[in-house]
Amino acid sequence: MMKWSRLALVLTLSASFALSGCGGNNNASTEGNTGGNAAATKAPESSPDAAATAQDTLILGRGGDSASLDPAIVTDGESLKIAHQVFDSLLEYKPGTSEVQASLADSWEVSADGLIYTFKLHPGVKFHDGTDFNAEAVVFNFTRWSDPASAFKFEGDSFDYYDSMFGPEGSRAIKEVKAVDPTTVQFTLNQPQSPFLQNIAMTSFGIASPTAIQEKKENFKNEPVGTGPFVFKEWKHNDSITLDKNPNYWKEGLPKLNKVIVRSIPDNSARFNALQSGEIDLMEDLSPDDLSTLEGNTELQKIERPPFNVAYLGFNFKKKPFDNVKVRQALNHAVNKQAIIDAFFAGQATAAVNPMPPSLWGYNDSVQDYEYDLDKAKALLAEAGYPDGLPDTVTLYAMPVSRPYMPDGKKVAEAIQADWEKIGVKTVIESPEWATYLDDTKAGEKDDIFMLGWTGDNGDPDNFIYTLLDKDAIPGNNRAFYANEELHTILVNAQKETDQTKRSDLYKKAQEIIKADAPWIPLVHTTPLLAGKANLKGFVPGPTGTEYYSEIYFE
Amino acid sequence: MNSYLLKRVMVLIPVLIGMTIIVFSIIHAIPGDPAETILGQKATEQSKQALREQLGLDEPWLNQYFNYMGDLLQGDLGTSIRTKTPIVKEILPYLAATLELTAASMLFATIVGVNAGILSAWRQNSWFDYTAMVIALIGVSMPIFWLGLMEQLIFSLKLDWLPSIGRMDQRNPVESITNLYVIDTILAGNWSQLWTVTKHLILPSIALGTIPMAIIARMTRSSMLEVMNSDYIRTAKAKGLSQFLVVYKHALKNALIPVLTVIGLQTGALLGGAVLTETIFAWPGVGRYIFEAISSRDYPVIQTGILIIAFIFVFINLLVDLMYAAIDPRINYK
Repeated sequence: MMKWSRLALVLTLSASFALSGCGGNNNASTEGNTGGNAAATKAPESSPDAAATAQDTLILGRGGDSASLDPAIVTDGESLKIAHQVFDSLLEYKPGTSEVQASLADSWEVSADGLIYTFKLHPGVKFHDGTDFNAEAVVFNFTRWSDPASAFKFEGDSFDYYDSMFGPEGSRAIKEVKAVDPTTVQFTLNQPQSPFLQNIAMTSFGIASPTAIQEKKENFKNEPVGTGPFVFKEWKHNDSITLDKNPNYWKEGLPKLNKVIVRSIPDNSARFNALQSGEIDLMEDLSPDDLSTLEGNTELQKIERPPFNVAYLGFNFKKKPFDNVKVRQALNHAVNKQAIIDAFFAGQATAAVNPMPPSLWGYNDSVQDYEYDLDKAKALLAEAGYPDGLPDTVTLYAMPVSRPYMPDGKKVAEAIQADWEKIGVKTVIESPEWATYLDDTKAGEKDDIFMLGWTGDNGDPDNFIYTLLDKDAIPGNNRAFYANEELHTILVNAQKETDQTKRSDLYKKAQEIIKADAPWIPLVHTTPLLAGKANLKGFVPGPTGTEYYSEIYFE
Repeated sequence: MNSYLLKRVMVLIPVLIGMTIIVFSIIHAIPGDPAETILGQKATEQSKQALREQLGLDEPWLNQYFNYMGDLLQGDLGTSIRTKTPIVKEILPYLAATLELTAASMLFATIVGVNAGILSAWRQNSWFDYTAMVIALIGVSMPIFWLGLMEQLIFSLKLDWLPSIGRMDQRNPVESITNLYVIDTILAGNWSQLWTVTKHLILPSIALGTIPMAIIARMTRSSMLEVMNSDYIRTAKAKGLSQFLVVYKHALKNALIPVLTVIGLQTGALLGGAVLTETIFAWPGVGRYIFEAISSRDYPVIQTGILIIAFIFVFINLLVDLMYAAIDPRINYK
């Protein structure tokens, strides 16, 4: 029994030690902190030496971790963000836009029939492992993604983005990829695909080192090797990913940073605390609630990502009376979008008119929205044969989870519910758990009207309109079960057309048809917020949520 | 004693099997098509079908369970859908991180809780007693989420004493050997890093340790009061022993028995609270691992994660029972 009293003594002693230690160590801890964050916060004013050499490490805080570092096998944004720094694709999006420009391919030619694309590759580029980037490497990668029997498709892998952009097995858009000479690669298509260049520029189709894949096999997804501005260094799962500067990067003068550390900090408020205390330099997904704190802090800056998403209410065409266009138009007139934006988005959103964001080419400015007008709504309902409002209670599905395009679906649904009440439409809001929600809306048996949204994958209108509203997308992403033959013809033609001006006109026409048919109530396009140190420069927020860190530097 | 140990361990087998059945049933009772939720709106029908086959979701329930148990017995914990990596391979660093945090929290909870309880009992009805018990009452009902954010706001943001997130200074990373950074830095003899790592531990372990601290304090107090009123303490006092010796030497050893049980139970319960703490403090532990798995519907990880936590819980309970028996010879092993 003696040992227990001894234990108690130890406990007491250590407690008093800890208590007395607290007071005495304040100085030490402050010093330690200043040392640790010297480069980040205190350096400019406290030490002239540190001020002379500007900070060259960026610590970025984001909400989640990457699933995998091989961009070909993932579909989540967090994974693609890192891949974007390690890999280059043949083409890329001009920073801040969804416009395509040259990257690993210096130039390209398209045959008159739109079937053959010939890319001229940038000479002398090397992968991080020192091997050469050339046409053979491009062929290797595309073969890996398209060949179901590929030896480099590892257990559990699926190349989802390849399948969805270039068609699944059996209906592939790309017939053949061949190396003409070391710096020329030629793609032959089965049929013309107008978003082809747009697709090729996606991060998912970043070119990986064939040698590294052959050597590392399954482990490639943990140790990626590309040609990008940063070299993968270390991945501590759910904690941080460290990237080092690629000293031999083929683009002159880039990257400007020496090191990038990407940390996963799931809680928005905790992440913002970390930014304010100098533990990170840049953070993603600022809560609209923290906006006023951010704007009151001169050491920080607000960064806005261009809106590239849409949140909407969809009418279930399988249910009466939502197959009636007058009813749909009436309900369109009865949603006060501006009030919703002011109340729930801290102004960080714009009212949506069309199913795609205004920043995307092909957007139709001349389409007029159904203005907020309850009298018109009532009149339309009366025309549809419901002078006293709808007889049955409407089931409105509101999302149970927060999405970038809709931080709080239930609250927005409640606001809409109140508005509709005024025109005699009673609603009951249902928010089943997310998996059930997706199942139910896909089946279309339980919901009358549902809330959902979409963030663009690439810079093509096809990725919004065809994906979400064409009859081909039933069952699937077209959860309204809206099928319009005229629209379908236009969208299919737009896919085959190679002249962008003509395509743009087709999409503009499509938006007019959709507006008139009103299968949706487009709600908002949100502007996702980021926050960074005031001295951080060169960060160009990208619409699809992926950015190059190569141009970032600190003043 | 040995037969008691054996018996206790034998009882674990049906408990563990029962646990696998419960966890398996819960995961499979979740409505919705897992393939759809896992792969998201953008996946093709083909890859969904492939995933269903990979997960064995197209087989009858019972077959699925027996396949799962078969794999489990061979040490195959399944493969994460999200990261496409065997769970066995990736779970260790998470376990180590949680272990470190839990240990630090329990150290905090035990030292502060036991001492506060003793002092409260010793000076019953004094201002210290009242203050400590009010704090303990608040501590028990404190939401971890809120406490964590407040700590960050005060000690990190306003006072700049302690780091608010993570396990180490990212600009000066720790070389990991065991993944227990306190031990790693000691092994490497890097004292400045040990100090940094310890500083990172302070706020999350206080957030996580506050509830058990309060419970332990209350338990110690009431248990001490009971003992302090017993005859042998009166005798000790009468012999003229100093207050300190009476309290810490004679009273504590008997009062500690029920406290030990509480400590054990709380250690197990901490594993549940760790999810919140790890989220707020960006602590890459098992809680976060399961949290991320739940938000991405990584069913194999959820299943394995819960099972491992349940297993640790059962194991700690066993340990407490054995210690309990070892401390107090009056306890009948049968």
